[in-house]
Amino acid sequence: MKYIDEYRKKELILSLSEKLKRVSQKEIVLMEVCGGHTMAIHRFGLTSLLPSTILLISGPGCPVCVSSQQFIDKAMAYSKIPGVIITTYGDLIRVPGSSTSLEKERANGSDVRIVYSVLEALDIAKENPDKRIVFLGIGFETTAPLTAAAILSARREKIPNFFVLSAHKIMPPVMKALVAEGVKIDGFIAPGHVSAITGTAIYNDLVTKCGLGVVISGFEPVDMMQSVLMLAEQIEYGKPAVEVQYQRVVQREGNLIAQNILEEVFEFRDDTWRGLGMIPQSGLGIRERLSAFDAERQFSVVVPESTEPKGCICGQILRGLKTPIDCPLFAKKCTPSGPVGACMVSGEGTCATYYKYRS
Amino acid sequence: MSLKEDKIMLSHGSGGRMMHQLIGELFVKHFKNPILEEQTDAAILAIGSAEIAFTTDSFVIDPLFFPGGNIGKLAVCGTVNDLAVSGAEPLYLSVSFILEEGFSMKELEMIVESLATEAKKAGVQIVTGDTKVVNKGKCDKLFINTAGIGKLKQGNRQIARAQNIVPGDLILINGTIGDHGIAVMNARESFQFKTTIESDCTCLNQLIAEVLEAGSVKFMRDPTRGGVATVLNELADKIHLGIEIEESALPVNNGVKAMCEVLGFDPLHVANEGKVILLVGAADGDKILEILKNNPLGSQSAIIARVVADHPGKVVLKNETGGRRIVDSLSGDQLPRIC
Repeated sequence: MKYIDEYRKKELILSLSEKLKRVSQKEIVLMEVCGGHTMAIHRFGLTSLLPSTILLISGPGCPVCVSSQQFIDKAMAYSKIPGVIITTYGDLIRVPGSSTSLEKERANGSDVRIVYSVLEALDIAKENPDKRIVFLGIGFETTAPLTAAAILSARREKIPNFFVLSAHKIMPPVMKALVAEGVKIDGFIAPGHVSAITGTAIYNDLVTKCGLGVVISGFEPVDMMQSVLMLAEQIEYGKPAVEVQYQRVVQREGNLIAQNILEEVFEFRDDTWRGLGMIPQSGLGIRERLSAFDAERQFSVVVPESTEPKGCICGQILRGLKTPIDCPLFAKKCTPSGPVGACMVSGEGTCATYYKYRS
Repeated sequence: MSLKEDKIMLSHGSGGRMMHQLIGELFVKHFKNPILEEQTDAAILAIGSAEIAFTTDSFVIDPLFFPGGNIGKLAVCGTVNDLAVSGAEPLYLSVSFILEEGFSMKELEMIVESLATEAKKAGVQIVTGDTKVVNKGKCDKLFINTAGIGKLKQGNRQIARAQNIVPGDLILINGTIGDHGIAVMNARESFQFKTTIESDCTCLNQLIAEVLEAGSVKFMRDPTRGGVATVLNELADKIHLGIEIEESALPVNNGVKAMCEVLGFDPLHVANEGKVILLVGAADGDKILEILKNNPLGSQSAIIARVVADHPGKVVLKNETGGRRIVDSLSGDQLPRIC
C-alpha cells in the first residue's frame, strides 16, 4: 500500500536500528506523547530494536484516556435528558464514569450514537429537528478544528439543535507541566498530526526554556526509528532543537485555515486531565459569542463530584512514571472487555496497547 | 447468575468475549447437555445409525443489500457453511421471516429470489419455514432465521472436535480476510470512500467437499463475526497449544487494508462470510493448498499460521520486522449487525 509499505521496510528499520546503536552513548529517556506512537512502537516491536541506553515512556496523548471523569459523568447526565441524542466517537462509549458508562446508558434507553466524524452529528441534527444533538468533542489540535468547523456550519446553516460538549485539549501545556513536575524526560517524540495543524513553533519553549529536544514524528516504524535517532543525535551532540521528521505531512507554519477556524471558535481555558489534575490554559472552551452551540451553557445538569476508580494508576501511567505492568489491576480486574481506567478503553491507550501486544 | 451486567448490551452479540460469556454463563448453564457443551458450529446428533449435523443462525444485517450480496444470500451461506465446516454435507434448510409492517414487497421478493438461487447453487432444499409480521417500528425491516441439517460422513466426525492436533500442524485459509465486514460497513456508514470492496459471502460446501475428498483435515471453522483472530483464539484455548501467525502470509485486499488503517481496525478481527480456516498436518499443507487454489473460491489461499508448543492458549502474530504481538479475541463491539 502506497505511503505505508515504504515506511515499514524491514531493511530500512534495521539499518536505522544499527545506526542508533552506534550513535547512542548516554542513557536517555524519551517520551512518545501520542497514543498512536505508543501503538506503533508495540505493534512493530520497536523496543527490541533500540539500544539499551534508550528508554521510551508513554505520555498523555490519548484523548479518550485524558478526558476527565467529570466530562464523562456530564455526558452521561445529558444522555438522560429526554429528547437528547448523544453523538460520539466510538471509543468514548465504553469509558467508565463514576457509576456507569454511555454503553450501559444506551442499554437503559438513552439515545447514544457512534459517529466517525462530527459532520455526521451535524447531519443527525438536521434530520431530527425535534431532538437536541450533543456532540462529545474530544481530542487535541487534530480533531478540534473539525469540531470548530461543524459549529461554524451550524451557525451558517442556522441549525439550532446542535451542541458541543467540549473536552478538546492542547498539547504543549501538558508537556511543559510534566517537565515542571520533575518527570525525567530528555526529549519528546511529538505527535505529527498536531503539528500538521499548529506548525512547529508551539514547542520552541521546550527547547529555549527547558533545553529539551523535540522531534515531530510520523506514525510508521521507519518514522519512529528515525525520530528516535534524530533525538539521540541532538542529545549526544548537545544541540536540542525542534525538528520535523514527518516532513511529508508537517509544514513549519502548519495549516493556517485550520488555525483560523480554531481561533474563531475556541479560547484557551484551564482544564482537568484525568489523572493529572488541572493544567492552566490547556483546554479549549467555546467562545461566548458561539454560546448557542455550547452544551455546557445550554443545559444545566448537576453532576456529583467525580471519583477516580480505586487502585487504578492511570494518572501515573499518563505521566510516564509507571507502566501498566506496575498496576495491580492490569490484565486482571482491568481488561479491554471490562476496563477500570480509561487507558484500557481506547485503542490508543497505553494499557490497552500493553494488553494487546504483551507477549 | 454470575453475569456482571444487568442489561443486554450490543457487545453481548458481537461474537467476542462478552458473547461467549453470555452463552457460557446463561445459555449453556441452563440448557446443559453433552451435545450443546461441545459448542461446535453445528450440533452432531446420532439418530439411529445415522449421524446428522444440525445448526441455526439468525440474520439481522443492516443494510439488507450490500456489495456482494443481500440478507437472503447471507442467510443461506451462513447456515450451509456452519454445516460444511462441521464436516457434514448440507441437505435441508428452514427459513423463517420476521417482517416489519410496511416493508417493501419488491425488496422481499428480491431477497427470496436470492435465497432460492443460493440454495440451488449450494445443492440444498428449503423445506420448511415460518412467517411473522410485527407492527411498524417493532423490528428493523426484516430479520431472517435459517436452520439446516446435513449428513455427516463417516470419518468426518472428529473435525468439529479439534482432536489429535500437534505442534507443527498448519493453518490455511481460502483467501483474503475482512472483505465482508468492511464492505458492509462501507455500505452502511457515511464514509463516502469509493471502494470496490465486495462481501465474500458465498457457500463453501463444494470447496470443502473437494478438500475432504483428499482427507486429513483435523479442524475447520468459518471465521465470521470476530474474524480470524477469534477463531484461532478459541482453537488455541481448546487444544492448549499456541498458534503463530505469519503476518506477511495473511491475504488482505488493498482496499480492506486501507480502510482498516484509516479506521484503526485489525483485519484479523473483521468478519468474513466466504472463508474457511483449515487445520492440517504439516505433511499435508502443500497438497491441501493446491486443492484450494485450484478452486475459484480458493485462488488466493495461503498457509497463514502454525501450531506451536510455546505460549499455550495464546495466538501470537510475527511481523516482518521480527516484532511479535499477542492477537486477542475481539472484545466488545467493533461492527454491530454485520450478519
